[in-house]
Amino acid sequence: MSINWKGYDPQLFYDELISSPGYPRLPAKHLTSYLQSLDHQELRHRQQMADVAIQEMGITFTVYTEEGNIDRSWPFDIIPRVISAKQWQKMERGLIQRLTALNLFIDDLYHDQRILKDAVVPREILAQSKNFLPQCCGVSPAHGVWAHICGTDLVRDSDGEFYVLEDNLRVPSGVSYMLENRSITKRVLPELFENDQILPVDDYPERLFDTLAALAPECEQPEIVVLTPGIYNAAYFEHAFLAQRMGVELVEGSDLVIGDDGYVYMRTIDGLARVDVIYRRIDDLFLDPDVFNKDSVLGVRGLMQAWQQGKVALANAPGAGVADDKVIYAYVPAIIRYYLGEDPIIPNVETFLCSDSSQQAYVLKNLDKLVVKPANESGGYGMLVGPHSTKKQQAEFARLIKANPRNYIAQPTLNLSTAPTLVGSDQPEPRHLDLRPFILQAKDSYVTTGGLTRVAMKQGSLVVNSSQGGGSKDTWIVDTEAR
Amino acid sequence: MLSRVAERIYWAARYLERVENTARLVNVYTSLLMDLPKDIDISWFNLVMLNSSIEDYENRYTVRDERNVVKFLLADDTNPNSMLSSLSYVRENLRTTRDVMPEGVWELINELSLFASQDIQQGLNRSKRHEFLQQIINHCQLIQGHLSTTMPQDAAWEMWCLGGNLERADMATRLLDAGATAVADSNELGDDISQRRVHLTVWANVLHSSSAHHAYRRAVSAGIKGRKVVDFLLRDERFPRSVAFCLASMSNSVRRLPKSRTVIMALNKISTTTAHKPELSNLSTDLRDYLNDLQLYIANLHSLFSETWFALD
Repeated sequence: MSINWKGYDPQLFYDELISSPGYPRLPAKHLTSYLQSLDHQELRHRQQMADVAIQEMGITFTVYTEEGNIDRSWPFDIIPRVISAKQWQKMERGLIQRLTALNLFIDDLYHDQRILKDAVVPREILAQSKNFLPQCCGVSPAHGVWAHICGTDLVRDSDGEFYVLEDNLRVPSGVSYMLENRSITKRVLPELFENDQILPVDDYPERLFDTLAALAPECEQPEIVVLTPGIYNAAYFEHAFLAQRMGVELVEGSDLVIGDDGYVYMRTIDGLARVDVIYRRIDDLFLDPDVFNKDSVLGVRGLMQAWQQGKVALANAPGAGVADDKVIYAYVPAIIRYYLGEDPIIPNVETFLCSDSSQQAYVLKNLDKLVVKPANESGGYGMLVGPHSTKKQQAEFARLIKANPRNYIAQPTLNLSTAPTLVGSDQPEPRHLDLRPFILQAKDSYVTTGGLTRVAMKQGSLVVNSSQGGGSKDTWIVDTEAR
Repeated sequence: MLSRVAERIYWAARYLERVENTARLVNVYTSLLMDLPKDIDISWFNLVMLNSSIEDYENRYTVRDERNVVKFLLADDTNPNSMLSSLSYVRENLRTTRDVMPEGVWELINELSLFASQDIQQGLNRSKRHEFLQQIINHCQLIQGHLSTTMPQDAAWEMWCLGGNLERADMATRLLDAGATAVADSNELGDDISQRRVHLTVWANVLHSSSAHHAYRRAVSAGIKGRKVVDFLLRDERFPRSVAFCLASMSNSVRRLPKSRTVIMALNKISTTTAHKPELSNLSTDLRDYLNDLQLYIANLHSLFSETWFALD
């Protein structure tokens, strides 16, 4: 017995591999017929191989629970998600366009604020933004770029089009899992790499290194470090992984100190050594206890001043988060038109701002159909998914929205695309997924080949976050024209 | 390299050495006890004393038998020196130094940790113990081999060597100490013949525990004699597990590290001490006093490393 693709029915949803029962999409043709050539026992064996590989490779993420922090193995489904290279080229252009405009926007906000003067974005939105840091005004980071590493969440609706769901411009994570997913797939489905032209993903650490090196203030061989909050952080695995792949030091706040000359130094067995670029994986408000959170033990006293004086580069720059606010999100198409004079290549999801009274009225009337999100949270927390909610939850959100309208936006519930997923049974079942590509920007721009695909393992669920039971898949960009 | 990272690599090496030594000791004892005449009582509890863990043991167990001692040494997570505890410290230290260690080591330590914790029951039962412990030892050596063939010989490598050699030197003194204790115990036996039999078994056992049996045979043209065994494990310049050899290796590492003047002086002082054959009128109390001093020197070395390279302020 093997997989019966005729029995796989994605129904109304756009499926990434199967267009209708029994008919695979072109870039997934080899994949689906190969999977069908394996009997159930072999397929189960491959999934077990993947689970063992994950344990041996030590790929974990940390979950915070009441009993303490637990290191869990990374959840992975062996059936890859496939996108054609031609379609991906368009996405790359769209993602670079979007990040270029967002960086121009951030730079403008911390300097002349032309876009506010021209009333393209209302001034009061900025006044109420938690992520706008007055300490950043007048600072000019290298190349005018503030968000050097961006993780943008894309979803595909039932019309087969990709939409941007959100931009993560602060400390987006997940790229190490994208790379590890590929190395697991190479181990468990090696045969497939013979026939299909699957584009490689592993140049990311190299590109990240180049991006960071381009930020160094006037020096040939800059000292680059990755700054982590430490082993209790959910993404510690990734911090160590990236430092290793780039061949740079992984430091904690206590390893760094500001010297009398105002430069940043790390404590080494030789004494103090100067640091030029910090890829920081701690939030703005913990960066420097002198300026922000006074109780922060994660940051470095005096770091903000060193950055303001151009003595060290920080990636991403402090204050870059002002542009990944979910209210700002609604204005991104306008921001792209304003700075670049172009139409957005990748559309936004339709968004209702609760701060606007007529839009708020619509939201309150349609809470059972919409997804309501707080403006500044990430990780899928504090959301209301209308169609899956109770009357009581809806009433609670109505109260929250009226109390603090600026803090909420609403979007129609999308029919997230699906892909065949092994969920314990021999026959794959459709599960919803999203995609997080990573975009680098300094002197040049770069987009990962594909990205991290996250999948909701429960039937009908739209929650893909690994902290809440989501899984992941390898993402293949397949060039069907190369033969 | 970062001071914090240097310290973690040093400790990873110490703990990995401890994992291997513990596996080796339990293995040797298991086979030794099969050979011993029943009237000679070499106690499993010696292994607990050797690790200075008497208090921890007595908090958990009342009976000093094989089952409890082996469980305490291999599997007990309340014993910070147990094999599984040491292994988890190796993993934790390597997890936090992945940026400087060769890539493959991380995967190797995960494999070892998974294997050890999944199959630990095999170490507790006599029937599969040998095979289980041998695999642990092999895997430790696989990691050492991987490092010595892939790791750049930079400061991180020297830290790794320092940790391993310090732990090994310390272990050599402890094994000799255990020998001296067993000899002292046997002196209460009445007749000369059984005393001599015990001495032979004890010192052969000490050699086996440090994998030194074969090396001793080749280097020393005599049978197994207490004084010669002590001399070999303290002063042989070619055997990698002797105290003198470990000290010389540490000297080499230290010379390649920055700010090392004080440490070099301390190492020279110990080396001069061990260079002379100790004046021992007997192999029980005198030897134990001598070893005690040596252990204090070694502990002092560790403090010096810490002050020189690890201290953050």
